[in-house]
Amino acid sequence: MTHEGLISALYVFALAAFLGYQVISRVPPLLHTPLMSATNAISGISLVGSIVTAGAGHGTTSTILGFVAVVCASTNVVGGFVITDRMLKMFKRKEIAKKE
Amino acid sequence: MQIYFIELSYLLASILFILGLKGLSHPETAKRGMHLAEFGMLMAIIGTLMHHEIVTYTWILAGLAIGSAVGLAMGFWVPMTAMPQRTALSHAFGAAAAALVGVAEYLKGPAHLDTVTMSALGFEVMLGSLTTTGSLLAFAKLQGMVRGTPMTYKGQNVFNMFLLAVTIAIFIYLVINPGSMTLFLVMAGLAFLFGLLLVMPIGSADMPVVMSLLNSYAGLASAATGFVLDNKVLIIAGTLDGFSGFILSILMCRAMNRSITNVLFGAFGSPATAEAGGQQQGSMREVGLEDIATQLAYANKVVFVPGYGLATAQAQHAVRELADVLEKRGVTVKYGIHPVAGRMPGHMNVLLAEANVPYSSLYELEQINPEFSTTDVSVVIGANDVVNPDARDNPSSPIAGMPILEVDRSKSVVVLKRGQGKGFSGLENPLFFKPVTGMLYGDAKDTLTRLVQAVQHA
Repeated sequence: MTHEGLISALYVFALAAFLGYQVISRVPPLLHTPLMSATNAISGISLVGSIVTAGAGHGTTSTILGFVAVVCASTNVVGGFVITDRMLKMFKRKEIAKKE
Repeated sequence: MQIYFIELSYLLASILFILGLKGLSHPETAKRGMHLAEFGMLMAIIGTLMHHEIVTYTWILAGLAIGSAVGLAMGFWVPMTAMPQRTALSHAFGAAAAALVGVAEYLKGPAHLDTVTMSALGFEVMLGSLTTTGSLLAFAKLQGMVRGTPMTYKGQNVFNMFLLAVTIAIFIYLVINPGSMTLFLVMAGLAFLFGLLLVMPIGSADMPVVMSLLNSYAGLASAATGFVLDNKVLIIAGTLDGFSGFILSILMCRAMNRSITNVLFGAFGSPATAEAGGQQQGSMREVGLEDIATQLAYANKVVFVPGYGLATAQAQHAVRELADVLEKRGVTVKYGIHPVAGRMPGHMNVLLAEANVPYSSLYELEQINPEFSTTDVSVVIGANDVVNPDARDNPSSPIAGMPILEVDRSKSVVVLKRGQGKGFSGLENPLFFKPVTGMLYGDAKDTLTRLVQAVQHA
């Protein structure tokens, strides 16, 4: 990584940390479990790194490691989003909850 | 041209992720927010598939297919009570993915590893490895495959610190001399071991904190991957995840009035701390089901205080049925939820929402505490430490200063409990001996079902 690259990566990191703090501290305790499964699914974006590792053909070991990483990360992405959706569907307002 | 398309897909994903998390500030906007985040993820994956370094798609597609199948199965079939285990497992997967990509990057050869990249890579592999094994052990404890009580031995903290120091020393050596593959693998191995040792001494009651911390580590490992690959969306998503876990750990610690160091190294819930509570004077007053039913039926306001015991008894639906018959009689029903009720942050809210309790009836600690003085009956179901008045009144109590739900201020308290035993912390609870409190022993689900019938006939 070049020095310019490092500096711009640090900017991104610092701003994301600041923004994350602002956004996440507004999530009510009511939704803390969906928050955890949602951030989990989102950080499954490491899938993009795993995909390149699995497909770049840098040797058998790298390909296998990449393949296992793709399995792990895509499990998190798919599972995390499905579960978050399932949980959020259960949170109902009073009138709607009563009808069911 | 292609590189712009990929980078733009990542930028779009980053924006949609942030909007998605912003949506979680309210239950009404949360679903739409998640759909945005899902769309962002899809874009980022499609963008990545066009990456020029990719020469073969076989392993990628196979991995995506297997991962999606496992993810879908887990997503649809994991029951809400098992959400903590599922989450622990997904922390392990996320961290493992980061660690594996890190090892693969290292194997490309030390030639391209300058000081900065090697630092990020070492951090990624170290954090990824320890989170993988730590989360797997947390999973095993939550699933009941390993005993939930803390496992301690003499000199544990000293040994753990020593191991961590050795791991970090190897990490620093590698940053200066990236060439030694043996040391690199030793570092990963030690990190795997450290993850296990870190979670071993932590008891079930402290799981909400540990879950949040592992969440934070898994996120930071992903962010480190972003530094290694110079990939901004990875840095952003990993940092959001890392900070979310960090904020949750702080909130959970505050809800127990403990520091993170105390949770990690204190081995709370071990026999040594349990004896500090002392013996309680007086006796518990057992009350009859019919009496309680009458009290509830003619009350103006009833507050339910659920704890993890409610979930283990699978009594969420029974409690909602009782609330329904009471509301039909004009009783105001609210639920007081302590932040550490359950095995992970917010777990109790999800369990009650699943039983069709409207979220507007779920109250946080700060909201419900001022209401207890006007509450006729507080019903404590399978909760113990979170309603222990010693935390407020007795400065020498091991849980002194922990914020509690002040049920003892209400006109009458009913405690539904399996038996006369103590909670997981092993502390005596003076609430059970107060004149205002009546004890109702038995399985919570069964007791609540019988209460529903008794209230209907009252």
